[in-house]
Amino acid sequence: MSAVIEEHHDHHDHKPSGIGRWLFSTNHKDIGTMYLWFSFIMFFVGGAMALVIRAELFQPGLQLVEPEFFNQMTTLHGLIMVFGVIMPGFVGLANWMVPMMIGAPDMALPRMNNWSFWLLPGAFGMLIASLIMSLMGMGSAPNFGWTFYAPLSTTYGPASTDYFIFSVHLMGISSIMGAINIIATIMNMRAPGMTYMKMPIFVWTWFITAYLLIAVMPVLAGVVTMMLMDRNFGTSFFNAAGGGDPVMFQHVFWFFGHPEVYIMILPAFGVVSQIVPTFARKKIFGYSSMVYATASIAFLSFIVWAHHMFTTGMPVAGELFFMYATMLIAIPTGVKVFNWVSTMWRGSMTFETPMLFAIGFIFLFTIGGFTGLMMCIAPADFQYHDTYFIVAHFHYVLATGAAFSIMAAVYFWIPKWTGNMYDEKLGKLHFWLTAIGGNILFFPMHFVGLAGMPRRIPDYSLQFAEFNAMATVGAFIFGFSQLIFLYNVIKTIRGGEKATDQVWEGADGLEWTLPSPAPFHSFTTPPTVK
Amino acid sequence: MDTAVTCSVPQLYNATDGEVRAEEENKVTSHPNNIEGVNKNSTTRVITRLMFVVVGMFGFGFALVPLYDVFCDITGINGKTGDKVTLAENMQVDTSRVIEVEFIASLNGSMPWEFKPMQHSIKVHPGEPTRISYVAVNRTDKVIVGQAVPSVAPGRAAEYFQKTECFCFTEQKLEPGEEKEMPVIFVVDPQLPDDVSQLALSYTFFIKPSGASNSTASLANNSNQEI
Repeated sequence: MSAVIEEHHDHHDHKPSGIGRWLFSTNHKDIGTMYLWFSFIMFFVGGAMALVIRAELFQPGLQLVEPEFFNQMTTLHGLIMVFGVIMPGFVGLANWMVPMMIGAPDMALPRMNNWSFWLLPGAFGMLIASLIMSLMGMGSAPNFGWTFYAPLSTTYGPASTDYFIFSVHLMGISSIMGAINIIATIMNMRAPGMTYMKMPIFVWTWFITAYLLIAVMPVLAGVVTMMLMDRNFGTSFFNAAGGGDPVMFQHVFWFFGHPEVYIMILPAFGVVSQIVPTFARKKIFGYSSMVYATASIAFLSFIVWAHHMFTTGMPVAGELFFMYATMLIAIPTGVKVFNWVSTMWRGSMTFETPMLFAIGFIFLFTIGGFTGLMMCIAPADFQYHDTYFIVAHFHYVLATGAAFSIMAAVYFWIPKWTGNMYDEKLGKLHFWLTAIGGNILFFPMHFVGLAGMPRRIPDYSLQFAEFNAMATVGAFIFGFSQLIFLYNVIKTIRGGEKATDQVWEGADGLEWTLPSPAPFHSFTTPPTVK
Repeated sequence: MDTAVTCSVPQLYNATDGEVRAEEENKVTSHPNNIEGVNKNSTTRVITRLMFVVVGMFGFGFALVPLYDVFCDITGINGKTGDKVTLAENMQVDTSRVIEVEFIASLNGSMPWEFKPMQHSIKVHPGEPTRISYVAVNRTDKVIVGQAVPSVAPGRAAEYFQKTECFCFTEQKLEPGEEKEMPVIFVVDPQLPDDVSQLALSYTFFIKPSGASNSTASLANNSNQEI
């Protein structure tokens, strides 16, 4: 079959040259590449902010930055990592891999695809412009935390909050268009024989994630629109003086926010479900239970939002409902973890870099999952609320969880993207430094959090000093080891040992039937799936 | 979502299959990247449906605002005393119970008034209309319009606390240096759960944002007219 494909590509594989290739691109691979590079650049921008935060927290007292600037750092670090790194990273992977995995020639809506990407630099340009203005002494950048609770972001928000609002609008439009595109592609462009229950798990998880995006990004757009009106047009959605309620902000925000955290983790589950079977050289254990578990997590994500607000004074009945509903999520998540472990069980495992990151993901994400279970217990949450324990929890699931899976995916598929093998030694070095650095960074946060250190504060009491110093050392190891990743990616693009079409011995799926590097246009003749 | 997906499998599969064959026939003339035409109808259908979801969810975000208020009114969460006004005469005074009502006054943010209750607490029988007052002073040299927002604790007792007259029903305007005594007439409903023996009534004064609509005040005004 690959011979047939190559034959066609000899005729059609011309691509536009120069900057126009990227600006006007409608090619899913080029757009995927742009998404991934955008995500990578933002990873370093957001990471630099994290290092400012950790450097300030190296010792108690105020050393490097003003508290006001510290708040801007925590806010922008959160916003950039969530909306600028994890989400575009996964959309980039979806753009590259979904059409190839289902045997489609491209995405269903290539021009809209171009637009969804090119909104992002505008959105983040606007957000980062507010920081640049702040550095030039022209008022503060957004400083209310990535959750932008009212009235901090409405009554007390700095002037740059309006930049932030429009930036979120643009990100929202971009994500919604991306999600519609992915759903349309998956529903209409599967190769003959590729039934829903034969789709790779990565495609399934993205299919469900796209539905989540379509359901909740409009709610986020709604909540920032209400903020905009409260700030500029005299409404009182969140202003008690005019009959509004700031607690309602939290309800509307978390109605978006909780599904959002699954938007950031479901594609990670998909990536790991591709990698583990490949390197265990077995089929994935419990394919259909994986699909149903993903769907259940997506459904449950809509009915648990108030576990973020146990301390707002909810009635006991409400706390119990949200507590039990949240505990339920552990069941489908546990199904997934056990399926991955069962897939590895008695497999012929090898530990190339993607597999190391995938196993690291399973292990560290599960730690984050367990701390999540601790926090869902409403009476206990009063102790954990707004402490570093929360920070430890969501960094275990997002940094050593979602970000690990994106790194795993890059190592896994980069031979297919570039036609070259990456440097395995550097990859392993990158993994071990990241894993060890990450744990030195995030693990002590559990202890200081349980002991009561609040999050988003630039200073702390003396008893937290040792653990904070440790975390800062870990942060610098974690941060600088990403330069190895960058170097390795660039080195792989520029050359290296040629990859075979299948790349990995245990690799299975349509994308591995294409030549490496994947031709500019693939599957113009649809493959048949048996 | 699950069932819908499962049900539509055979149909979609056939559609894809047929259209792919059609594409193969046209392959000689069409550029491979021109895939927009391939599944145009079904793609348009999918996009139309998804756009309805997007618009619907944007609307749902706003619908949460009234839903939230209705939910709080029904359950009495938030200590919202609502706009219920019941005629005091309809109630039997229950002399066997004594309820202590405490009064709290607070000012929001940059509100420059002085504001306090004339008495810290009062003991009442359920069903007995009681009149108390708060006092506010504007010591600035500007005219300031304020709006008081009431709250009753514990929240589950809020629906049994009924005000027949309150300065929170309308906005209050104080001239520079003006001092104003502001009365509240309230009744504690005899239906109040037995285990509640203490209530706290709290008012927070906000500077009235210019141009803001005031649902609390307008609702309360209507109720007053009924009396």
